[in-house]
Amino acid sequence: MNHEQIKKVFKEVCPSGIDFISLKLIKTKAKLCSVKNSFPHSNKLVMDEGVQIEVLHKGQFSYAATHDVSPQGIKAAVNKAIFLNEHSLKWNLYPFSLKTRPSFELRNKKTSSKDLKTKTTLGEINDVLSLACDVMKKESGIIHCEGHGSLRNIETYYLTTNGSEDLNSKNLLDFSLKAIAKNDNDIQTRTWGNTLQLGPSFFQKDLFKKEAFRVAREAVELTHAPECPTETMDLIILPDQMILQIHESIGHPLELDRILGDERNYAGLSFIKKENFGEYQYGSPKLNITFDPTVETEAASYSLDDTGVKASKEFIIKEGKLLRGLGSLESQERTNLKGVACSRMSSWNRPPIDRMANLNLEPGVATFDSMVSQVKRGIVMATNKSWSIDDYRNKFQFGCEYAQLIEDGRTTKIVKNPNYRGITTPFWHNLKEVGDAKSREIFGTAYCGKGEPNQAIEVGHASPACLFENIEVFGGA
Amino acid sequence: MENYFKKETFYNIGQDLFKNLEKDEDLTIALSGEETNYVRFNGAKVRQSLNVIQGDFIMTLNSKNKTASLRVGFADCKEEGQYERNLNRLKDGLKELRVETSTLPEDPYLVPTENHGHYEKEHVGSLPSTNKLMENILGANQEIDLVGVYSGGRLLRANLNSKGQKQWFSTINFLVDFSLYDKNHNAVKEQYGGANWNQEAFSQQIKLAKKQLELMAKPKIKVPRGHYKTYFGPAAVHEILGMMSWGAVSGSSWKKGESALGQLADGTKKLSPKFSLQENFELGLCPPFNERGEISKEKLSIISNGNLETFLISSKTAQEYNLEDNGASQYEGLRSPSILPGDLKEEDILKSIGTGLYLSNLHYLNWSDQRGGRMTGMTRFACFWVENGELVAPIEDLRFDESLYKFFGENLIDLTQFTETFPETGSYQNKGIGGSKVPGMIVKDFAFTL
Ligand SMILES: [Zn+2]
Repeated sequence: MNHEQIKKVFKEVCPSGIDFISLKLIKTKAKLCSVKNSFPHSNKLVMDEGVQIEVLHKGQFSYAATHDVSPQGIKAAVNKAIFLNEHSLKWNLYPFSLKTRPSFELRNKKTSSKDLKTKTTLGEINDVLSLACDVMKKESGIIHCEGHGSLRNIETYYLTTNGSEDLNSKNLLDFSLKAIAKNDNDIQTRTWGNTLQLGPSFFQKDLFKKEAFRVAREAVELTHAPECPTETMDLIILPDQMILQIHESIGHPLELDRILGDERNYAGLSFIKKENFGEYQYGSPKLNITFDPTVETEAASYSLDDTGVKASKEFIIKEGKLLRGLGSLESQERTNLKGVACSRMSSWNRPPIDRMANLNLEPGVATFDSMVSQVKRGIVMATNKSWSIDDYRNKFQFGCEYAQLIEDGRTTKIVKNPNYRGITTPFWHNLKEVGDAKSREIFGTAYCGKGEPNQAIEVGHASPACLFENIEVFGGA
Repeated sequence: MENYFKKETFYNIGQDLFKNLEKDEDLTIALSGEETNYVRFNGAKVRQSLNVIQGDFIMTLNSKNKTASLRVGFADCKEEGQYERNLNRLKDGLKELRVETSTLPEDPYLVPTENHGHYEKEHVGSLPSTNKLMENILGANQEIDLVGVYSGGRLLRANLNSKGQKQWFSTINFLVDFSLYDKNHNAVKEQYGGANWNQEAFSQQIKLAKKQLELMAKPKIKVPRGHYKTYFGPAAVHEILGMMSWGAVSGSSWKKGESALGQLADGTKKLSPKFSLQENFELGLCPPFNERGEISKEKLSIISNGNLETFLISSKTAQEYNLEDNGASQYEGLRSPSILPGDLKEEDILKSIGTGLYLSNLHYLNWSDQRGGRMTGMTRFACFWVENGELVAPIEDLRFDESLYKFFGENLIDLTQFTETFPETGSYQNKGIGGSKVPGMIVKDFAFTL
């Protein structure tokens, strides 16, 4: 069915007398390629199409989702969502108002010109990754290498009974390279990867060859490196680890649905309470965090969230003070707090919930060299390897792939198996310097997990390198 | 439950699709299907409810030493003309798959398409009727802070290939995965699941959870970091077991030099003779066949009395490293694992701890040194300080960081005689299938670091 036909069916099957119904038709086309030691390892295509019906009636939300996108399937889904609604009214958690589903204007956001349909083949992606493997393999000491690259195009057609209509399309790129090196006494891994809103033109042979060479050389270097020392010292975290630090110890604890207890059986709660917003000093005055859906290539940029709310850049933490939560209009009604346009669903088969989207640490003024020069004894860490934090988001422990010691204001030797641990608020109060815009990089992941039923979704984090004082650092087994 | 995903329809559409194959082509079709109801609740009230009808139809084409696969959304409703429409969509998909496959280089480790045989099993069950669902879960529990999710419905996994292979597994089950909270944020976590809803059994489970929550009424103790004798309840052991599927038992991760069991394989480290781990499809929670239709032994010993018997080796890994495969999934994770029980009686647990920790659940585990077998994570839910064989008080959450070569090795004192079964709760992308059966365990000198 084309969009006009869907619109006609939707009009016919939605009974009057229900406060609000919406339909989302989501089409996903994807190509996923992985290469192992230069040979094709796994090659997959996705052609998925499903419909979600959302009912908001008498303050209660209910959903039905189906792979059956025929008129019959849409009708059955509308009836099921209404049926679930009838039976859950008696157990209503919160009487949501119709303001949580504002009307919006049709914004035929143009599809990126580098569309997936421009025939980038699995073979072409395979070639770039295979070439990268060839480069990695050449480095002596490399025992294994692999590459992964995927392109997804997601098109959402959105209709509501309040007369709104939207069509949008986005491209998501996900890639990684990995080299494993071995010598007599150790095996070490180094990776490079990212998730961004970009198209197939990213798969440039020269770029992949360059990064493959670096990744392989650093993996070999690590196998000859001494163990990371165990001591309390200053720590400079590079952007590809800052992403995890921001994500786990700022993003998740500020999601209003966690604070409201929706996630208590799964992802957990938060040490932040409703009354902390506008008051709480989350970190040092150098800490500025924004919710920013406007950064073009960042993984979770969008103009409307999945409930039709216009997305805009907002300060979440300003000069260390907590201002605003990551909560949808639903969470904003429940808490009476300010939020952001962050209601998102992983696909047509899951309801929208509060998600962090793009959460960025705004650049400061310190150059990387000036940060290093301030440190008497410290360490620079890069690229996340391990992550764990408690269900209130206090006690964290992170491991990185690669680190370099700082002695008397200068970077010195490479060390392996670097880890650090801390407690969220004291940690962010130890933020001493924030790198300048030059050291800022945009990273993303496609696998932020949350929700019951579970939903994995893409998020973006842009950050400069940052210097933290007096952090507990330690090495491997 | 409406009858989506009929066996005959799937078999027929597969056969019709095979007619479109060209010379030198083979096709494997895997179907994951479900109709599931989810009810998400908080404070014993409904936050969201959802019905999902989802079919993921995955075709894998082998052609002239090249291979690729395609996933297409699929639902076989009974509407007039739907069969033809679905077939045409799948035929178009096959055409696109053929074109894309031809762009790839040859795969020297291609897994050939073979007939792995016939398998059919349909588990029946009786779910709570949808119009009573919320009443059943929430009706009697309005005075308690109940939070979690109900999921229930029909799940299927099926497989066909152009060499004549035909496999079908369907099951009907439900699970209430829930926690109870008190006013001070103390909480206990429980599951009530099965194939036949029994209101009495559910009420009983809630009653037990309430009782356990009452034990947590005392103020929390802050236990300093250090090494303690520690009891892990079956749910905590289940969390640790989950890590084994993440870069430990995988044959591919072993060959790459990444496996947490690598040191066991090369003989530099040992595990306790008390520790045995197997894949056990006799649990009936998932089919023994994988995405390609390769069938695993009903019981496959991974670690027997501390000795490594085998890694999980997929046919792809077998090709790549010249090994023999054991019907593992492509991901080489555990699908239906069990850890064998020990001698510790339930009534002796506290006495056996003496002074130390009693942990019912763990949270957010990750490898802190994968090759060293060291993992970190947090305590969560009902966890207590124990002194002289008695529960003293609940604890503030602790972070641990410890090697499996210690807690499944020299420091493993015993496992419990009793075991618990945990159905798979994961529902990323689609509702998971499988589960595990594990005992509790008691360990000395377990390391807590924060
Ligand atoms: Zn996350």
